Formats: sequence, structure tokens, C-alpha cells
Amino acid sequence: MTAIVQDDVDPKKRRFLILSTAAVGGVTGAAAAVPFVASMFPSVRALAAGAPVEFDLSKVEPGQLVTVEYRGAPHWIIRRTPEMVAQLAKNEALLADPDSKESAQPEFAKGPNRSSDKSGEWFVVKGVCTHLGCSPTFRKEIGPEDLGKDWPGGFFCPCHQSKFDMSGRVWKGMPAPKNLEITAYKIEGTKLTIDADLKGA
Amino acid sequence: MGHSPKPAIAPPIPGLAGQAIVWLDKRFPLVRLWQEQLTGYYAPKNFNFWYYFGSLAMLVLVMQIVTGIFLTMNYKPDAKLAFASVEYIMRDVPGGWFIRYLHSTGASMFFIVVYLHMFRGLIYGSYRKPRELLWVFGCMIYLCLMAEAFFGYLLPWGQMSYWGAQVIINLFAAIPFIGPDLAIWIRGDYNVGDATLNRFFAFHVIAIPLVLLGLVAAHLMALREVGSNNPDGVEIKENLDPKTGTPKDGIPFHPYYTIKDIVGVFVFLGVFTVIVFFMPEMGGYFLEYANFVQADPLKTPEHIAPVWYFTPFYAMLRAVPSYFGTQFWGVAVMGLATLILFALPWLDKGKAKSIRYRGPRFRNFLIAFVVSFLILGYLGVVPTTVWGQLPKGLPLVGGMDTATLVARILTAVYFAFFILMPWYTKKDIPQELPEPERVTY
Repeated sequence: MTAIVQDDVDPKKRRFLILSTAAVGGVTGAAAAVPFVASMFPSVRALAAGAPVEFDLSKVEPGQLVTVEYRGAPHWIIRRTPEMVAQLAKNEALLADPDSKESAQPEFAKGPNRSSDKSGEWFVVKGVCTHLGCSPTFRKEIGPEDLGKDWPGGFFCPCHQSKFDMSGRVWKGMPAPKNLEITAYKIEGTKLTIDADLKGA
Repeated sequence: MGHSPKPAIAPPIPGLAGQAIVWLDKRFPLVRLWQEQLTGYYAPKNFNFWYYFGSLAMLVLVMQIVTGIFLTMNYKPDAKLAFASVEYIMRDVPGGWFIRYLHSTGASMFFIVVYLHMFRGLIYGSYRKPRELLWVFGCMIYLCLMAEAFFGYLLPWGQMSYWGAQVIINLFAAIPFIGPDLAIWIRGDYNVGDATLNRFFAFHVIAIPLVLLGLVAAHLMALREVGSNNPDGVEIKENLDPKTGTPKDGIPFHPYYTIKDIVGVFVFLGVFTVIVFFMPEMGGYFLEYANFVQADPLKTPEHIAPVWYFTPFYAMLRAVPSYFGTQFWGVAVMGLATLILFALPWLDKGKAKSIRYRGPRFRNFLIAFVVSFLILGYLGVVPTTVWGQLPKGLPLVGGMDTATLVARILTAVYFAFFILMPWYTKKDIPQELPEPERVTY
């Protein structure tokens, strides 16, 4: 039985052991955290719930907005009147990105109409503000009292007051940095299919 | 710890009770804890009205934990069931409405009490050396409280719950590079949904409360170590009675301040119960009206605003426009507005701690800070169009929403209070008054 004598301590060795134990323990701890962090990502079930959405356009009146849900987010189908379409070209001075260079949309939706048909009648867009994800309100009337005389019709976000025109293009100086995003879709006759995985998107 | 130089000895209580205490004290430091934390902890004798709010914050914390436990007995953290389960608590559970209103009112009262507690720290310099860490722990508690309130607000699964969470989580999506994935990771889905609700429940009822309790313990331990500040900013430990070794300007926390705090508790509970019984929604400020409609992921309510205690920061977020195609700047400003509180102890270069002996520059800056915080809080609950638009002809700001411009100016004032502090506290004009050696009352 020998008492522990201070002189026998090798500080270098002890320090090495402490550091190496801490390092191994730290790596193990970090590795053990991986499944916990991973568990907070979307589950397989959440990933699978993303099937394309189909909608029959024949029931939509001119000037009407219909909301459908696609991958948990509101998507709007708007049947624009000729007046609404004619207004779009006049809005350019108000807009931050009139040609939709910065925003996300399928190739076919780049012009001022941001529409797949030449007449610009059908406007299909993800109804989620590019600022912080609220769903803007459809304000088709011209110059209402609360939005001012210059209001050309469009979308107004109730969360942070971002303004968009009838093509979902954002005004200058708004909290929202980009035009509304357009998810890929196709129109065959009166059948609309919204599907982010469509080709040409 | 504590001021008592005396060793912990069980008081001579006759009979069986005395023997029990002696037995206990040999095995557990019960008497020592009692003495260190209460009877042997000397607090300055000149505490005033502003010193109620620390103990009241403790009271509300306990109330929130107790009412929260009983709410979880009937609440269902499931997107399909949550809204109905809250209505079930309100209508069908005996006393359920009372427990829930205590909890919802408690949330707002917690912030009122904590804001007043923090204001006390500002006016009397309670964050100054040697109480820097005490202040830092307090700021961490404040951040925790904000997280706790945010997670809890999703649980009723009303429209405001849903869209509030949607906005706040998307704040993180604005962070460059990792943002979008981070937002998905927080939600556990591509939109706020069942996965989000379920994990927010876990954070609200167990994760954050555990951290909160730990921080409160650290806050109290740091307080017992450095001792309370007081309205004169006098360090009472520097003036000890040579006979007893206790501060001349101090009195034992128990029974003197426990009795004083009980008076505060009675007044506070009076106000609290009036709110619970007669105005639990507080005109839409404590419980927002839109939250009595079940969450609808397809429709944002016409007017959305956070609960009042977040609105100053929300007004700042809204006031900052997007530059370079990202809205990150508003998010950064909002985050910095809370984080800059941590730096306060190192920004203040003044000699005197208490506002009683500080010069007019500090006072004016403090008034400007408080006023801007309050007006920002108001602007955060109303639409930016509330004060109309500026005339078109004005240079730079023509046609802009008046409220947005005001919010930008006040945001600048808020930050100026902190950023300019080293300058305006270094040499106040005409000058700071000398601090007294002993407390006044």
C-alpha cells in the first residue's frame, strides 16, 4: 500500500491524457448529436406528400381568384380580364423587377404577363410572399381608399405591406425582395396541372 | 457566498423539532442554505418601488409552470386536434377557462414585469461592475422568455399562431446560404404543419423551461455573490459594521424584504385577477382576435401583428427595406436590437451608477430610448399606413408611409442609445454629481 505521492505525477502525460480523453469524448458527443439533429428534418412522410394538383378551369369567372393547395402552400389561379392584362404594361415604373430577372418562375413566365398563354388571361402563381411567407390579399379594385389612388390592382401583403401587381411583380422599396414565385404548371384545354417537377420549369 | 461571516448553526429550537433540524443539518445544508439565501443575505435598506419586479417575475414563472402543467393534461399537440382541444379546455374542462386565462395573462404579465425589471437596471446602473454577469444572465433569461412565448403562441393553432410562426421561421430563411434549409429544419416540413406544432410543444413545455430555470438559478447565484445594487448605486459591502461584520446600509432579505415583496405580490395579484376575470383578451392585445379562428394555411388574416411584447422589434423589422435582393437586413437589425443589450455593461463609461447622480446627457438619451421603444411598440401593432403617406413633392421621402419613416428614425434612436453610450457617458455635461458614501432614503 503506497500513498499517492505528488512527485510521481507526470504533468505532461496527465495533460496529454486529459486532452485526448476530451477530444475522443467530444467527437463521440458530436457524432451522437447527428441523429438528433437529423430527426428534425422533414420525415419521409412529409417528403412524400407532394403529388401534382389538377384543377378544372372552366368554372373560374373572369376576374376571379381560386386558391388551391399544393405542397402545403396556397397557389392562386386567376382569370384576368383584358383590362387587368392591359394594365400590366403600364405598371413598369412602379416595379422593382418588371422583367422578372431575379425571381423564380418557369421559362415561359418571364414576360410582363408571367403567363403560359399569350393572351395573359390565366395567371397561376404560388400565393406566398417572398418576404416572410405570408399569403398576400387579392386586391383587384383600382385606387381603393386604404391603398391610395395609384393602386393599379394586384396583391397586398397584410403582414408587412408589400405590394405586387396583377402579375405578382413586386413594387420598388418593398420589404419583399422578389416577385412572387411561379411553380411550374401546364394548361391542357380546361385542365390545369400544378407540378414543380414538370419539364421546362 | 452571502455576507454572514457566522458559521451555519441550527438555531436552538427546543424539543423534537429542534432535534429534527439538528439531525437534518448534519446530513443536508438546510440551515446554511436558509441563512445564505435569506436571513444572512443583506440587501440595501433603500429599495423602492422598482425593486418589486424581480420577485414578481419569480412569482409569474412559478404560476406559468403550474398552470402550464395543468393545461398539458388536456391539450393535444396535433394540428388536427389542437385548436379544438383548447376550446375543450375553455368550455368543458371544469375550471379550464380559469387555468388557461391565468396562463395567457401570465405570459403578457411576465413581459410587463420583466420590462420594468430591466428598466430598473437601466436607471440605477444595476448592470455596472461588478454586476456584468448578473445582467448577462438576465439578458439570456429575456431571450429564453421570448423563445418560450413564441413557441407557446403556436400551440392554440389559431390564425395568428400559424401566421406568426410562419413569419418568424421565415426570418431564419433570410440568413444567407444556410437560411432556406435552416427554416425547413426548424419546421420539419416545407410549411408550418403538424411536425412544427409537435416540436414547438416539446420546446415550450420541457426544453426552454429547463434552460430558463437553470438561468434563473444562475441569475440568483450571481446576485447573492455581488449583492443587490440600489437606487443610490452605493456598494453596501464597502461599509461594514466592525462589530457584526454586516453592511451598515443593509438589512437581512428575510424577514424585511420578504415582507415588503408580499405587499407587492398582493397588489400584483389584484391587478392580475382583474385582468383574468374581466378582460382576459385585453382588447386583442393579450389574446388576438384572429386567433379565435382555426389556422388556415391558405389564407393570411387581413391584419397580422405579433403579440404586443414583440412589437418594438417587429416594427424595426418592417422598417428596414430589402437591399441587394434579400430581406436579411431587417432580420439582422431585429436580432442586433436584442443582442446589443448584452454589451451594455461595457458601453457605459460613466462614473456614477444611478440616474440620481448622472448628468443630463444620459438622462436625455435614456428618455429618447424609452420613448422610441414605446412608439415602436405601438407602430408594431398597427399597419404602416396608419399615419398616411408623406406628400409626393418631398425630396427622398416623398410618397413614403409616414409611419415607416418614423419607425426608421426611432430604430436609429434605439441603436444610438447603445452605440453612442461610450461617448455621452464618458463626459456628461455639466457633470455628474458625486455619489454618496451611504445610502439615502
